[in-house]
Amino acid sequence: MIRDITLGQYYPGDSVIHRLDPRIKIIGTLIYIIALFVINKFVGFAAAVICLAAIIKVSKVPLKFMLRGLKPIFFIIIFTFVLNLFMVSGEVVAEIWIFDITREGIYQATFMAIRLILLIIGSSLLTLTTKPINLTDGIEHLLKPFSKIGLPSHELAMMMTIALRFIPTLLEETDKIMKAQQARGADFESGNIFHRAKQLIPILVPLFISAFRIAQDMAMAMEARCYNGGDKRTRMTSMKYKKADAVAGILIAAFMAMSIAVRVFL
Amino acid sequence: MSIQVKNLTHIYSPGLPYESVALDDVSFNIEDGQFVGVIGHTGSGKSTMIQHLNGLLKPTEGSIIVDGIDLTGEGVSMIDIRKRVGLVFQYPEYQLFEETVAKDIAFGPKNLGLDEEEINRRVREAMDLVRLDYDKFAEKSPFDLSGGQKRRVAIAGVIAMKPEVLILDEPTAGLDPKAHRDVLEMIVDIHRREKNVTVFVSHNMNDVARLCDKVLVMNGGKCVLQGTPKEVFAEADMLRSMGLDLPDVTQMLYELKQKGVEMPDGVFDIDEAEKLILDYIRGGKSVD
Repeated sequence: MIRDITLGQYYPGDSVIHRLDPRIKIIGTLIYIIALFVINKFVGFAAAVICLAAIIKVSKVPLKFMLRGLKPIFFIIIFTFVLNLFMVSGEVVAEIWIFDITREGIYQATFMAIRLILLIIGSSLLTLTTKPINLTDGIEHLLKPFSKIGLPSHELAMMMTIALRFIPTLLEETDKIMKAQQARGADFESGNIFHRAKQLIPILVPLFISAFRIAQDMAMAMEARCYNGGDKRTRMTSMKYKKADAVAGILIAAFMAMSIAVRVFL
Repeated sequence: MSIQVKNLTHIYSPGLPYESVALDDVSFNIEDGQFVGVIGHTGSGKSTMIQHLNGLLKPTEGSIIVDGIDLTGEGVSMIDIRKRVGLVFQYPEYQLFEETVAKDIAFGPKNLGLDEEEINRRVREAMDLVRLDYDKFAEKSPFDLSGGQKRRVAIAGVIAMKPEVLILDEPTAGLDPKAHRDVLEMIVDIHRREKNVTVFVSHNMNDVARLCDKVLVMNGGKCVLQGTPKEVFAEADMLRSMGLDLPDVTQMLYELKQKGVEMPDGVFDIDEAEKLILDYIRGGKSVD
């Protein structure tokens, strides 16, 4: 059950999208998110859905995999939908108890739900098609200009790399500890909320101890290989923009322009 | 208490691009009172296989029958199975979490719903079996102990549940030679006193040859060989092709055989080997 978590998961593949420069993908995702907030009409979302569908098709990541990322935030989507449904004032179309449902409310709620779904699928596409290590490389590059004003871009990137690197390790560790305690008769699946919270102690204590041990070993191993951070580190593969990246850049700019046009002219 | 495993197959992440077959049509039987060794290269499916025996993993296909109960069947009580089949994981000391040794060992029995008195009795008994002095260690924090002592506490935590089958996944990994010997002796002692079925996963062929009644050899998710240590270690070439070692004595006789000295296969007992070599020399033939 612990393996079901797909947060920041990478889907191995060799599509055009996978091969794009991580920097262009990060900027592209950012622009896409901004564009979703610029769009204020359904027709704009229709265009966004078509673009997104095309990108998913090209990336060869199964749709099933994409939708799985929606599961954990399904509750949030429903919550915002219901909230919007009841909280927007306007022309009343139905009444439930003391709440009024308005035409504007339905419009707003649907609109927000679509926006949220597009937001999540779009941004999960980034992590699904980019190896974590490339992702942090890209972030480091993009943050570099800010190091002039004191932002520790290398340290930040290294922290992210390590954090991402240890997600699977810690999940595996959790899985192992859970199994070990289950073998001793621990039951994590039944009982009320207090019982379940109490059952977490036998997992959390060993997990924290493991995490500290791993962190210490890691720090030691890095120091033993003379790691001291800093700007002078070179890397094994340097990133270069290619033709495909230029095309991607143009397409993203076109998407942004379309969003603005929808807002201004329609 | 017997265990029958039939056509067990386990696939991790089925349907995903990184799907992998960890177990492929594994079948074997374990009889009451046996001491069974499981050997195999890292990634051969040993750990996956033993996790099926107490229901921690569900098979993709096949069945596991423990004492007549099919673990894959509907409505099987997992707590009941885990009471009967105790599993000590690799590096079990990483699962310790309580403030005191006694409390940690009591975790399992408590989950079984036993009363206070019975739990205390079992903790004492388990500590006695793993040779930890109750008065000296019961109230200590498990985190203040040495590596070998921590491992005993962890093993005691499983023994206190009085399982009829005790499975140990590389119980001596990472221990120094003395602790290694002590833990092994302890396991044999527990096997003798509790008359349980012991399943022992190990990379140390000397231990396996010396202790086990039956050996299972895993390779690439399949159980490729099973039998008495003598039968299994007679297949020297096959074991070596899978990257497995032979017991030291068997290895020596194997090398002698390579040099043209006629020796039987699968001998691992040093006295037996001594006799064979002496017989050979007295037979008047010389070794190159």
